[in-house]
Amino acid sequence: MEVLLFGIAKDIVGKSSFRFNADELAPGSVSELRERLKRSFPEFGKLSSLAVAVNSAYADDAVQLKEGDEIALIPPVSGG
Amino acid sequence: MNFERYDRQTILAGFGIDAQKKLHQAKVLVVGAGGLGVPVLTYLNAMGIGTLGIVDNDVISISNLHRQVLYSEAEVGQSKVGVAITKLRNQNSETVIIAHETFLTQENALNIIADYDLVVDASDNFPTRYLINDACVILKKSFVYGALHGFEGQVSVFNHNDGPTYRCLFPNMPKSDEVPDCNENGVLGILPGIIGNFQALETVKVLTGVGEVLSGKLLLFDGLSNTFQKISFSARPENRELHGLRPCYDFECASVFNIVDAEAFLGLTEFEKLQLIDVRTPKEFDRNHLKIAKNIPLPELDIRQNEINFDEFIYVVCQSGIRSKKAIERLSNARPDAHFINLSGGMNQIKKHGVTN
Repeated sequence: MEVLLFGIAKDIVGKSSFRFNADELAPGSVSELRERLKRSFPEFGKLSSLAVAVNSAYADDAVQLKEGDEIALIPPVSGG
Repeated sequence: MNFERYDRQTILAGFGIDAQKKLHQAKVLVVGAGGLGVPVLTYLNAMGIGTLGIVDNDVISISNLHRQVLYSEAEVGQSKVGVAITKLRNQNSETVIIAHETFLTQENALNIIADYDLVVDASDNFPTRYLINDACVILKKSFVYGALHGFEGQVSVFNHNDGPTYRCLFPNMPKSDEVPDCNENGVLGILPGIIGNFQALETVKVLTGVGEVLSGKLLLFDGLSNTFQKISFSARPENRELHGLRPCYDFECASVFNIVDAEAFLGLTEFEKLQLIDVRTPKEFDRNHLKIAKNIPLPELDIRQNEINFDEFIYVVCQSGIRSKKAIERLSNARPDAHFINLSGGMNQIKKHGVTN
């Protein structure tokens, strides 16, 4: 399961993507992923809106995750 | 219209004279004449948009020049709109260019936007982006969104033919300290050029019907790896149920709403007539509640909105004040003009005053 990071999410984690390895317990749903992120990187808890996409489609918290999914974390960006 | 001028695009199979005429008849408002606005304005003006409106109230500064390539050193200190208009008129004298030398505010947004067919969001801050979204939803106008962060950019077309809105992707405005802007975070000079040009392209597609519009799709561009991602997303009907602009779009108002503590609440005059919504579960409500409270559990809030009188003050209570806050956030998305007051500390605080039944 690969997680692609954009905007401030990339800055918080410090890289543009990371993987849940096969030996790790990957999160089972989008809400679990959000909780996991907040635990590992408390700054995620500060974001009012963080869109999550699974396999290039917007996913709400109930969406289940499975092996091989490509996840994107997309915070709003404001610059112009 | 001088057809020779547009010959190279009207001879394009799939574009033609008809599309060119549609551009000529179109009225486009560009909000922001900065990093994104400059390429948007330059290309839309070159390609033959009939009427271009520009909203900005900024002056050119030396630190703008690395990305706002319409402006030059001698113009530092001058108004962006003023300089832009002169240059755009030299570029294409056929375009009707309208200056709105002001920032977009909740007082002027609806009036300004009403006169245009489409809005390009080339702003540089969240309050303006959410204001543009809400105004365009109310006025039923499509708007072409572009935004930057460092080496990355986002592009989409919102509110197009009942398609998703900005709030369908990012429901709530971030607080001021959450996401840095270009002034704090920096931006590579070419990035707004790339993203702004995508916005100009989407604008032309919306106006002419040529090609596939980025509606319901968010384009993510990463300049460092030169990669594109397209994320699809759907409309949430509740984001279209806007009955007016919010009273305030500034950062200070984003997450702050009116709060009353238990003691002040219980001491309000004509307490018996207040509208109080208790969003706890029916079980919690049965255990104890205030006589004046009406129970609408949080999960039922959306379908039972018609039981709330939005013309009166709406006090909201739960057990500790957290769910009521959530309820207000949800309700104020749909009814930004209504007055919500959160009962801080919830029933836990009320009980200390011994007035429940």
